[in-house]
Amino acid sequence: MNLYNIIFYLFAAITLVSAFFVVTTRNVIYSAFNLLLTFFGVAGIYVLLGADFLAVVQIIVYVGGILILLLFGVMLTNKIVNVQIRTGATQILPATIAVGAFSGILISLLVNTEWKKVGTALPGASTTANLGMLMMNEYILIFELLGILLLVALIGAATIARK
Amino acid sequence: MLNVGLNHFLVISAVLFSFGIFGIVTRKNAVMVLMGVELMLNSANINFVAFAKFGAFGNQGQLIALFVVVLAAAEAAIALAIVLNIYKTFNSINVDEIDSLKE
Repeated sequence: MNLYNIIFYLFAAITLVSAFFVVTTRNVIYSAFNLLLTFFGVAGIYVLLGADFLAVVQIIVYVGGILILLLFGVMLTNKIVNVQIRTGATQILPATIAVGAFSGILISLLVNTEWKKVGTALPGASTTANLGMLMMNEYILIFELLGILLLVALIGAATIARK
Repeated sequence: MLNVGLNHFLVISAVLFSFGIFGIVTRKNAVMVLMGVELMLNSANINFVAFAKFGAFGNQGQLIALFVVVLAAAEAAIALAIVLNIYKTFNSINVDEIDSLKE
C-alpha cells in the first residue's frame, strides 16, 4: 500500500461520498456545496492521472464558474425566507432499482473487459506545453468552433434571460 | 486488487455516472437536475483522462476532456437562462409540474 494508492482512495472517497449527498440531500444549498467537494475530488483524480493542467482548469471553471452559476440559479428561483431551500424527490424506489442495476451491469462490464494497456508509467513533465501544441495544430478547427460556440452561448443566454 | 490501475478509475467514473442519472431521475428541482448532468459530464471526463494515461493516445484524451469542460460551461449558462424563464412563467421550477410549453 504505497502513498499513491492511499491518496487515490482518499480522493475517490471524497468524490463518491459527496456525489452521493449531492443527489440525496433535500436541501438544495447543501447539495450545491457537496458538488464543490465532488469537483475538488475529481480534480485530485485528474492529478493522479497526470493531467495537471486539466485539474487546474477543473477547479477554475467548475468551482469558479459553473458552481457559482448554479448557486445563482438556486437563489434566483426560490422565494428566500430562510436558509432552508428544500426540494422534493419523486420515483425514488424505481430509480434506485434501475440505477443500481445499470451501475452493476456497467461496472461488471468495465471490470471484466480486457483493456489493452500500453503505457502505465507516470509522465514526469507537465502536460501544458503538449496540450497547447495539440490545440493549435491538430485541433485548431475544434478550438475555433468552441470559441464561436461560447460566443453564441453568451449571446443566447443573455437574450433568453432578458425576455 | 488494491493496487490502483485503470479499472479503479473506470469504476469511480461508472458510480459517478450512476449518481448523476439518479439525480436527474429523482430530483424535482430543475437546478438539481442540472447538477446531475454536471456529475455525468465529470464522469465522462474521468474516462477520457484515464484512457489517455493507460492507452497510447498521448495527451489527446486530456484535450477532449478540456473541450468537454468548455461545453459544460456553455450548457450550464444556457440551461440556467431557460430555468430563469421557466420560473418567471410558472412561478416554480419543479420539473414534474411543468407540462406545457407556454402559459
